Amino acid sequence: MQLVIRNLQVSYDKIKVLHGIDFTIAKGEIVTIIGANGAGKSTTLKAISRLIPADKGSVMEFEGKDLLTYQPDRVVSELGISHVPEGRRLFGNLTVLENLQLATFARKDREQIKKDMEQVFAIFPRLKERLTQASGTLSGGEQQMLAVGRAYMSGHKIMLLDEPSMGLAPLLMLSMFDALREINKEGTTILLVEQNARLALKFAQRGYVIENGRLVLEGPSADLLDNPDVKKAYLGG
Amino acid sequence: MDLFLQNIVNALQWGSFYALIALGYSMVYSILMLFNFAHGDIFMVGAYIGFGIATGLLALAAMAGLPVPGWLVLVLTIIISMFLTSFVGIFIERVGYRPLREAPRASAAITGLMIGIILETGNLALLGARRLSFPSLIDTVTFQIGSVYVTNKKIFIVAVSLSLMFGLHLFIQKTKWGMAMRAMSYDFQAVPLMGVSINKLAPLTFAIGSGLAAAAGILYGLAYPVLDPYMGILLGWKAFVAAILGGRGSILGAALAGFLLGFIEIFAAWIFPSTFRDLIAYSIILLILTFRPHGFFGQAHSTQLRL
Repeated sequence: MQLVIRNLQVSYDKIKVLHGIDFTIAKGEIVTIIGANGAGKSTTLKAISRLIPADKGSVMEFEGKDLLTYQPDRVVSELGISHVPEGRRLFGNLTVLENLQLATFARKDREQIKKDMEQVFAIFPRLKERLTQASGTLSGGEQQMLAVGRAYMSGHKIMLLDEPSMGLAPLLMLSMFDALREINKEGTTILLVEQNARLALKFAQRGYVIENGRLVLEGPSADLLDNPDVKKAYLGG
Repeated sequence: MDLFLQNIVNALQWGSFYALIALGYSMVYSILMLFNFAHGDIFMVGAYIGFGIATGLLALAAMAGLPVPGWLVLVLTIIISMFLTSFVGIFIERVGYRPLREAPRASAAITGLMIGIILETGNLALLGARRLSFPSLIDTVTFQIGSVYVTNKKIFIVAVSLSLMFGLHLFIQKTKWGMAMRAMSYDFQAVPLMGVSINKLAPLTFAIGSGLAAAAGILYGLAYPVLDPYMGILLGWKAFVAAILGGRGSILGAALAGFLLGFIEIFAAWIFPSTFRDLIAYSIILLILTFRPHGFFGQAHSTQLRL
């Protein structure tokens, strides 16, 4: 297993929001965690990225390495775990190119950086047309492309995606997921958290359902799509 | 008219000090969202380090019997002192601010005040209360341009200040560290996701700000050669005003506002009795801030949400 999460607990100001969740992801998989707003989806991703501390007793391993010993910047630069945060969080005062370059800050593999950059432009040709534009002036769809492209540049063993569909028109949403599938085909594992459960389950091979900080269901996406509880709670009947 | 031009020259020099110090305030704020209230005292420490280096270099030259020109000593003093003072900044970040990075901002702010007091009183304990006189490294040469008098020191002070600011501008616009600082000023919580280590970026920012403050300290010593442990307080606070006036976190704004402050003070003292200088000058600033609460280049953006 590439990513192993055991008994992950996270608290905000002593209030527990994740009550010990367990899941694993194999290399090359697409896995989704679906759930309502506030269920703990983003918190899970932030804990993996080490942006927020995990409580004692939590176990997180990536390719056999203990994630808990890593600072957030080294999670990216040494382990190749990239994170597309909720709301994209682009640096609006930097150009498109600078956003992409900044993501390679700690990388030394110049040749590979060049190739990765070409790959990003192959997947998102629009970005190449906007290179010198301040990223704050991009359209919503373009901003999401840049957020994903930037994450790809920072490292792409696994990509954690936090609601990439948010704020996108249906057509853009679909093409975004096509792009993500392409990135996955090139060897990037994907962990997606989404409120849009139908979209997420159609995209992923396996899924987990999170409720109030606990994983309550898991299985192949097809099974979850057929599950009456999931249908009722997340797929609108 | 002549007096007007003369005052402009004086204001440029006076503003240089504010601008150089304000830059340090602004840089640290833009990446860590905190005002380093010890910054004025770092300026003082820089001036003292400059004093030590200059005196040492002069003694060394005398001992060796070498006729080392004063300008060379001055340039070396600035470079070495900037370098050494940057470590003061790094130390303060490491010991004073890093442990409080997640703490409420008010705690970080009083940390700065405490560090400032420690620097002042530490200096007092170490060197005593007597004032030091900064060695006059170069002879003053006065040029008359039309009816305006300009000294070589004034030209040197303004030229060095502007060069440092231009250098900083290049660093921030052209290097990857500068790019990371710009990104940090926009959204400091997303920066680690780029693989950028805050624990390297923060000390670097303190180092640069402190180096600039040291340069200001030596240039100040060149113009007003009396050093005392409390010299950084008022100047530091005024530079802080400049940083706010320029717009929190705006580098260009801090530099411009520093010069503007110099102009307002000098011209207030020219038009009104000089005891009214700060009263008038800071009333004007207050008025400006009433209409531009974010300063000249400050953004009211609210990207600093929790990630």
